[in-house]
Amino acid sequence: MLSIKNLQVAIEGKDILRGLNLDIGAGEVHAIMGPNGSGKSTLSHALAGRDGYQVTGGEVLFDGRDLLALEPEQRAHLGVFLGMQYPVELPGVNNMMFMRESLNAIRRARGEEELDAVAFMTRVRDKARLVDLDEKLLKRNVNAGFSGGEKKRNEILQMAMLEPKLAILDETDSGLDIDALRVIAGGVNALRSPERSIILITHYQRLLDYIEPDFVHVMVGGRIVRSGDKSLALELEEKGYGWIEEEAA
Amino acid sequence: MSPTPDTVDELIRSGYQHGFVTEIESDTVPAGLSEDTIRMISLKKQEPDWMLEWRLKAYRHWLTLEEPEWAHVQHPPIDFQAISYYSAPKKKGDGPKSLDEVDPQLLDAYNKLGIPLDEQKALAGVAVDAVFDSVSVATTFRKNLAEAGVIFCAMSEAVREHPELVQKYLGSVVPHTDNYFACLNSAVFTDGTFVFIPRGVRCPMELSTYFRINEAKTGQFERTLIVAEEGSHVSYLEGCTAPMRDENQLHAAVVELIALEDARIKYSTVQNWYPGDEQGRGGIYNFVTKRGDCRGDRSHISWTQVETGSAITWKYPSCILRGNDSVGEFYSVAVTRGMQQADTGTKMIHLGRNTRSTIVSKGISAGQGQNTYRGLVRMAQRAENARNHSQCDSLLIGDRCGAHTFPYIEVRNPTAKVEHEATTSKISEDQLFYCRQRGLSEENAVSMIVNGFCKEVFNELPMEFAVEAQKLLNITLEGAVG
Repeated sequence: MLSIKNLQVAIEGKDILRGLNLDIGAGEVHAIMGPNGSGKSTLSHALAGRDGYQVTGGEVLFDGRDLLALEPEQRAHLGVFLGMQYPVELPGVNNMMFMRESLNAIRRARGEEELDAVAFMTRVRDKARLVDLDEKLLKRNVNAGFSGGEKKRNEILQMAMLEPKLAILDETDSGLDIDALRVIAGGVNALRSPERSIILITHYQRLLDYIEPDFVHVMVGGRIVRSGDKSLALELEEKGYGWIEEEAA
Repeated sequence: MSPTPDTVDELIRSGYQHGFVTEIESDTVPAGLSEDTIRMISLKKQEPDWMLEWRLKAYRHWLTLEEPEWAHVQHPPIDFQAISYYSAPKKKGDGPKSLDEVDPQLLDAYNKLGIPLDEQKALAGVAVDAVFDSVSVATTFRKNLAEAGVIFCAMSEAVREHPELVQKYLGSVVPHTDNYFACLNSAVFTDGTFVFIPRGVRCPMELSTYFRINEAKTGQFERTLIVAEEGSHVSYLEGCTAPMRDENQLHAAVVELIALEDARIKYSTVQNWYPGDEQGRGGIYNFVTKRGDCRGDRSHISWTQVETGSAITWKYPSCILRGNDSVGEFYSVAVTRGMQQADTGTKMIHLGRNTRSTIVSKGISAGQGQNTYRGLVRMAQRAENARNHSQCDSLLIGDRCGAHTFPYIEVRNPTAKVEHEATTSKISEDQLFYCRQRGLSEENAVSMIVNGFCKEVFNELPMEFAVEAQKLLNITLEGAVG
């Protein structure tokens, strides 16, 4: 479903990703771990098409299409979702309206009918329960005055609303207390399906206790240097990244 | 791709939608300003002597004044002798104008602007006075309004038909000595709208005036006077457009509002004069004096403005809160893009006891636009327990525009309370990326953020116009969409 070959990305002329290879099949959950500065967030932003992430080599195929040739919104229309590490505030833009505009923009792009207000409301209430998000937050402006945990829940709520084919969750666990982590993990688990692939980017093994990945990859210096199953994460937890960095060097 | 200055530029570069010229034969006086010009205007309008004297007094005073330079705007000096002070579409025959007699080309021009003057097709519940260059060409629903006792007519007609009211109120809020442009207007004003709502009457429909500048090298100097007697209510809206021309044109209007005891006036403006091209060639100089006098106790005047057009805007719709417990409000959205400059705001002069005022100003700057909020809140010595709350927010799009805020606060009464809040924000690359990642185009994202920013002000507009204003804003900021 997603095939990344020899991906090289630079930011302001500085090479960050240096030939990254990764294949993700439908329905799989891949965890990507690695020390600070190894390029994890760069990978997520490059996949989403953020400007300033200059692709200097390699290719990314998403369902056989050249993902790198598309604008960010076109990638979203195809079903790429990026749960942000730092969700931004949109002052004056109502959270519910934002989700509706977003959902309908994607539906329009796919030639589907827009969801009317009633159907939308039913769906959003339903999904808000999934991440235990206070309905009051739906009426507030997007992320405005939300706590760190509320922002992350709101991201997973949007993921639930948009039903992406590929969800990239960039450090969704950072800044969460253990209860919030459980709720969010519960939400993500409920969204696992044979058609939906998930990339979990995280520093800590802790998240993987709740969301069990099919594969674990370790990034060092802009490449994936080791892949394995869940036990790799446990090994990292025990030994840290040092030994892998030494091996990779 | 991204909001680099270039793409934001493209985003906000939009075609001006009302730039057409109506080919109509007109009676335009030669350029130049002298006592003779004023006598000619007065004669063409068949004015009584007192009106001519009033004009000449203003003109003589104007000659002693200098053009003010304190505004945060820049423009080459205006040559007042190069302007024609009167232009009117030629009428076929004389006699009273009814809609049937209005030149079809004029009706067509207004249709193109989305203002049908045919009462059958008109927006339900809205009466329109259509001012084309220097004259009012049609006023709709006059009969219905007359039944309620409401006078809604062209200013020149009011001067002839209701001299006692005009003499009593004209210049009583903005005297000819007030400022340079108001003084010029007093000398040469050509038309505008007169509204009188008698005691206790709630005006049964929205009133509106649609100003159109058509002729080249003319100025538009309209004068609007609204009087709301004790306990009456009225809501009034004005709209403005002009053709695209390479030279700058001057629009120097005066609007006076008078609210007696318990009266309520709501005045809304959607200003979309031609703003000039990307290089700053052409466009309207919009130098306007608007002031409301809350003369009676518990009276209420509310100004709402959406300013998207004009090369330069210089206006400060103000309230004099004379009556005890009177209320003044100012809600404003001002957009500058390209090379536009706006220096706008309000004055709230608290004289009476327990007077309250609210100021909400939203400035949006894009391209190389310069947006200035300038506001005065004055609490006079006898303004016991007066209150003001001001909120001035600026939104910047791109990195070549500017936002400036000049609040002036004068408090002479220790019981008065004045609050001022101000914010400046920028549509960030983070915000745009977030929206685009959720499937929205960059244009939709900008328009969503901008509309969210302006919501408080749009909520104050009458509903039909709120929708229009939102559309206008989208067109202004979105490029050729729509």
